[in-house]
Amino acid sequence: MAAGDIDPMHQFKIEPIFGSFNGGHNPFVFTNSALWTLIVLGAIWFFMFGGMRRELIPGRWQVAVEGLIGFVDDMVHASIGPEGKKYLPWVFTAFIFLLFANLMGNMPFGIVAKAHPFTVTSQFTFTGVMSLISFAIVLGVGFWKHGLHFFSLFVPSGVHWIGKVLLFPIEFVSFMVRPFSLGLRPFIAMFAGHILLDIFGNFVVQGLQASGSGILISILCFLFVAFISALELLVAAIQAYVFAILTSLYINDAVNLH
Amino acid sequence: MDLASAKVIGAGLAAIGVGAAAAGVGYVFGSFLQSALRNPAAADSQQGRLFIGFAAAELLGLMAFAIAMIILYAFKG
Repeated sequence: MAAGDIDPMHQFKIEPIFGSFNGGHNPFVFTNSALWTLIVLGAIWFFMFGGMRRELIPGRWQVAVEGLIGFVDDMVHASIGPEGKKYLPWVFTAFIFLLFANLMGNMPFGIVAKAHPFTVTSQFTFTGVMSLISFAIVLGVGFWKHGLHFFSLFVPSGVHWIGKVLLFPIEFVSFMVRPFSLGLRPFIAMFAGHILLDIFGNFVVQGLQASGSGILISILCFLFVAFISALELLVAAIQAYVFAILTSLYINDAVNLH
Repeated sequence: MDLASAKVIGAGLAAIGVGAAAAGVGYVFGSFLQSALRNPAAADSQQGRLFIGFAAAELLGLMAFAIAMIILYAFKG
């Protein structure tokens, strides 16, 4: 790459840190992704345990934690019904992990050298595994509760048999593509947003270095980056919400079968 | 045409799909608002469906973006 070129993919590179782990052919290397997963986990624990003191008159922190749990609980109850309580742990775990990972990946730590935040959800390995867990829960619950009757999920009721024959493959494909689309969505939303931020952040610097009217471009790009950063915070929350609500709706399909 | 310029043109064509998804997302929220203002009492119960429609429309645009990125960066012809 030439000096002036923008390399927006560099920020997603998983590389080993703390070089001592890197000797020989050791396959277990501590990467920046692992470090930021641990940081996200620490932040979640800090947030949750800080609000679990169970005081009679809840403080602000406890209200925040209880509000978040109540929000997911209402969502699960609305989409699955009274049986949804059993699936709240996974839905809430996925929701809060995606929320914290997305938000912490957006934080402007890059001002400090070598402390660039790594968005763990910008890798399909993370979100893909999360969606596979959701899909495994759907399959497990469906076959456990309904046995082979679970396949009636693919056959809409009240349709002529010719329609059933035609609709079965469509329903089947749309069911099988779910884990893929569920994991792809949070991944690409984070990925696209960070590429956009990177490119326009580079434009700010390049505009300052250029002569003439470059400073004007630079100011415009800076305003745009500020706007996109605010939008990214919104997208981070929406993607976590969409993942949680789609997971609970898919579980609802398996629990209640239409 | 050499491969490098074909790649850039292909990525630009793939980006059209993102605009189409923008129309789709706008339609989802627009229709929701239209019907929510007619019957505000029923609007809250339909928010889950709103986000499913939003997610489905958005996903297709994101896939167009993913294809543009694959053409630009992952495809070594």
